[in-house]
Amino acid sequence: MSLVLNFSLAYFRVLVISFYQFGGYAMQMPTPDATVLSRKAGIVARLQEVLPRDAVISDEMETRAYECDALTAYKCPPLAVVLPASTQEVSAVLKVCHEMGVPVVPRGSGTSLAGGALPTADCVLLGVARMNDVLETDYANRFIRVQTGRTNLSVTGAVEADGFFYAPDPSSQLACAIAGNIAMNSGGAHCLKYGVTTNNLMGVTMVQMDGTIMEIGGKHLDAGGYDLLGLICGSEGQLGVVTEATLRILPKPEGARPVLMGFDANEVAGACVADIIKAGVLPVAIEFMDRPCIEATEAFAKAGYPMCEALLIIEVEGSPAEIEEQLALILEIARKHNPVELREAKDADEAGRIWLGRKSAFGAMGQINDYMCLDGTIPVAELPYVLRRIGEMSKEYGLDVANVFHAGDGNMHPLILFDANKEGDLELCEAFGADILRLCVEVGGCLTGEHGVGIEKRDLMLDQFAPADLEAQMAVKDVFDPHWLLNPAKVFPLAASESRRSVALAAE
Amino acid sequence: MRPETEAELADMIASASGPVCVRGGGTRGVSLDGSVLETGGLSGITLYEPGSLTLVAQSGTPLAEIEAALDAEGQRLAFEPMDHRGLLGTSGAPTIGGVVAANVSGPRRVSVGACRDFVLGVRYVDGAGTIVKNGGRVMKNVTGYDLVKLMSGSWGTLGVLTEVNLKVLPKPETAACVLIDGLSDADAVQAMAKALASPFEVSGAAHIPVGLDGHPVTMLRIEGFAGSVAYRSDQVAGLFGDMAVRVERDPAAVAKGWAWVRDVEAFHGQPGDVWRVSCTPTGAAELAATIGAEALLYDWGGGLVWARVAAGTDVRARLGAFDGHATLVRGSGQAKFQPEPAAIAALSRGLRLKFDPEGILNTGLMG
Ligand SMILES: Cc1cc2nc3c(=O)[nH]c(=O)nc-3n(C[C@H](O)[C@H](O)[C@H](O)COP(=O)(O)OP(=O)(O)OC[C@H]3O[C@@H](n4cnc5c(N)ncnc54)[C@H](O)[C@@H]3O)c2cc1C
Ligand SMILES: Cc1cc2nc3c(=O)[nH]c(=O)nc-3n(C[C@H](O)[C@H](O)[C@H](O)COP(=O)(O)OP(=O)(O)OC[C@H]3O[C@@H](n4cnc5c(N)ncnc54)[C@H](O)[C@@H]3O)c2cc1C
Repeated sequence: MSLVLNFSLAYFRVLVISFYQFGGYAMQMPTPDATVLSRKAGIVARLQEVLPRDAVISDEMETRAYECDALTAYKCPPLAVVLPASTQEVSAVLKVCHEMGVPVVPRGSGTSLAGGALPTADCVLLGVARMNDVLETDYANRFIRVQTGRTNLSVTGAVEADGFFYAPDPSSQLACAIAGNIAMNSGGAHCLKYGVTTNNLMGVTMVQMDGTIMEIGGKHLDAGGYDLLGLICGSEGQLGVVTEATLRILPKPEGARPVLMGFDANEVAGACVADIIKAGVLPVAIEFMDRPCIEATEAFAKAGYPMCEALLIIEVEGSPAEIEEQLALILEIARKHNPVELREAKDADEAGRIWLGRKSAFGAMGQINDYMCLDGTIPVAELPYVLRRIGEMSKEYGLDVANVFHAGDGNMHPLILFDANKEGDLELCEAFGADILRLCVEVGGCLTGEHGVGIEKRDLMLDQFAPADLEAQMAVKDVFDPHWLLNPAKVFPLAASESRRSVALAAE
Repeated sequence: MRPETEAELADMIASASGPVCVRGGGTRGVSLDGSVLETGGLSGITLYEPGSLTLVAQSGTPLAEIEAALDAEGQRLAFEPMDHRGLLGTSGAPTIGGVVAANVSGPRRVSVGACRDFVLGVRYVDGAGTIVKNGGRVMKNVTGYDLVKLMSGSWGTLGVLTEVNLKVLPKPETAACVLIDGLSDADAVQAMAKALASPFEVSGAAHIPVGLDGHPVTMLRIEGFAGSVAYRSDQVAGLFGDMAVRVERDPAAVAKGWAWVRDVEAFHGQPGDVWRVSCTPTGAAELAATIGAEALLYDWGGGLVWARVAAGTDVRARLGAFDGHATLVRGSGQAKFQPEPAAIAALSRGLRLKFDPEGILNTGLMG
């Protein structure tokens, strides 16, 4: 666990300071509603009527603590912050805001890398951090019900002594909350086998913008009517405030073991991954690192990785004999691809060393450079082509790229290296990043595999979707939040959502 | 109407003057008002990459064609869609669009997820004739709202699917089934919960109060590589050392047994209405007892109860309030879908009005 912690902290720090705070991208936010700003005192008074004193923060020094999420380049203190402690309090707050026409931005732990929890000056920021209880654990039916302010890791923490775990495991799991996981449909290292948040979510208690409390899903499987639960998961806090969640928990596997393999070309590693998948093995994780990444992590973590073009770490689960059975097949396939190295872990210590470099990768990159981390997904079969194109573009742009990613599901995290102190380098890096994301879309993939759109990729949405595709999505928000008060400036290009947001303002 | 292209389909919907009844293979055998729109002209697998575990097909593609293509590569639809023809006494060839539209998932739903968990992307034509796409063909995708989930299980009431992108999985090398004889429904539900809570990856857990030989049997399926299946089935059998346990190790017999569960064969040719109840697994036996059914079948460890009842029985009235929902699968006289609480019903109505403003798609279905 400490490895994960080091990794996430390093990742957090580096990523955040490096990229976004510069002007190049200059993300636009809508002009705050002057009427709302002018009514601050009245709004705060109404909020104080429905919440305990310490749950309403309106002092400008104190609201600053909530001025950004992990996309720290963009900062804006909200009008006020509320920290309700129950679903009823959330409902009361939303009723007030709905009545007074005040936008609301929900917040879990504020670890979004996409600016999903970024406030606007005219918004009430609604944090669920005080709502972090376990409400019910049921091993016979394999679920846990929690308040959504609870952190991801502490959900597993609540059940692991009894041999269970909650499968989605974002690297930020120590800090991020179930609330944000649901809103972003977050993934993790083990999602090749266990799926992402939406595949492990059974039900929610949600409060609509007008204060209506509803139960969607529950302790049973599937919806009796439309799958509203599936719609809410991944809706980035725009459809309702989720206060409680029923999550599927799983019995822990008997054991797990990684194997490391090195190849002299990216294409060969890609072909090896495809062959393993075709052979019917479903590893829990297949991680891929290319040479720039291997070099950086070696210099930093000294995990003893072979110097080669491409490295795979593949982990399988089960009893010792089952692990042997799967690894035998995987190694047999790997040998057909002339690996430059095949390394099995004989014990926990060696397993730890195999993972060490991978888990330090982001931190390592940060030691040598500023970098920008992307999150596009591509069809796995396009891996060799995409890596080659990224290599070519890297030469054209004159910026190095290190690739480290979840190869099994095609979710790439290319890291573009640049020098923040060098004039124009950041703009170049941004342009390069946008080109890589467009390439992902071009080959049949998408802009974001797990971090979400937020404000960060909002303006690239039209590269992936036709106007009619976005219209269908915005029509859903019209139904859940007719006045567009919930987190309105996210996900959709501002120009695309403008008519809806301005109607909302005019309606007041 | 039988469009051959998506564009043609869009034109037909845009110019439709009245209700349109969407039909894939027509294996549901119930007709609604309006002109029938058959999807069979939109047929064929457009892309299949076994190494990426993805398959893209036009919505009217027969399920059989998809299963054959997957079989040739040693892969399958992991969510195990059922064949309703025997249960409903219908004919026709089920289509992949119909499977997704009805979110049809079989016994493996309890371990791997539902049909909706394996749909990566869709293209559809909404009630105004607009072509829309959502999702894609990659396994991780959080770009925008997940309309794929909304369309899965919307029974053609929000749009006509024209293309679906699916995640597929390798077929396991072999399978075994641990069988426990003679358990009461309540004991069976407990046994299934125990098996599913073990680390041995049980991929199916069903209980039949009156099995083929007239006695109760509880079935626990294990799939995977040969050595692993042998090991895990022994481990699972070992959990029930004090009961009458057998292990079926012939994969063909195992497959047959689970197709029997999946297609609810026990009810084939039997009279009465058929209901499907999704509920909390460990409460299943007690809940099912309130139905007063003529026959029952428990799947998903108890989370799914199939009930055959006298025609016209108001099963929902007997169940009362519970965590879950009941769907009328065969029969008439009761609403097919579980009525929703007011706030949710309002959202469903609102969505339908947005996706199908004129109310022409499968009018009368789903409330
Ligand atoms: C170091 C680091 C590593 C990361 N690794 C991963 C990773 O491996 N995989 C991954 O998927 N992500 C990763 N992330 C991104 C981030 O942690 C996830 O998006 C996470 O789910 C956000 O959770 P949060 O509670 O911090 O949400 P916040 O940042 O507070 O909010 C995220 C979004 O959720 C909405 N929201 C918050 N609470 C609610 C609510 N109660 N109801 C409705 N909407 C709400 C917000 O409005 C916002 O749009 C990483 C981030 C960092 C900093
Ligand atoms: C709980 C449950 C209950 C079921 N009940 C029945 C039942 O009572 N009768 C029955 O025949 N089947 C039922 N099915 C499903 C069905 O039998 C199949 O497994 C599958 O849906 C049939 O495919 P088809 O092509 O024959 O579909 P069809 O029978 O043609 O259509 C099934 C539904 O999907 C819609 N549909 C079909 N194609 C499309 C498309 N391209 N785009 C949008 N909508 C489309 C139809 O309008 C209809 O509402 C049920 C499934 C489940 C899980």
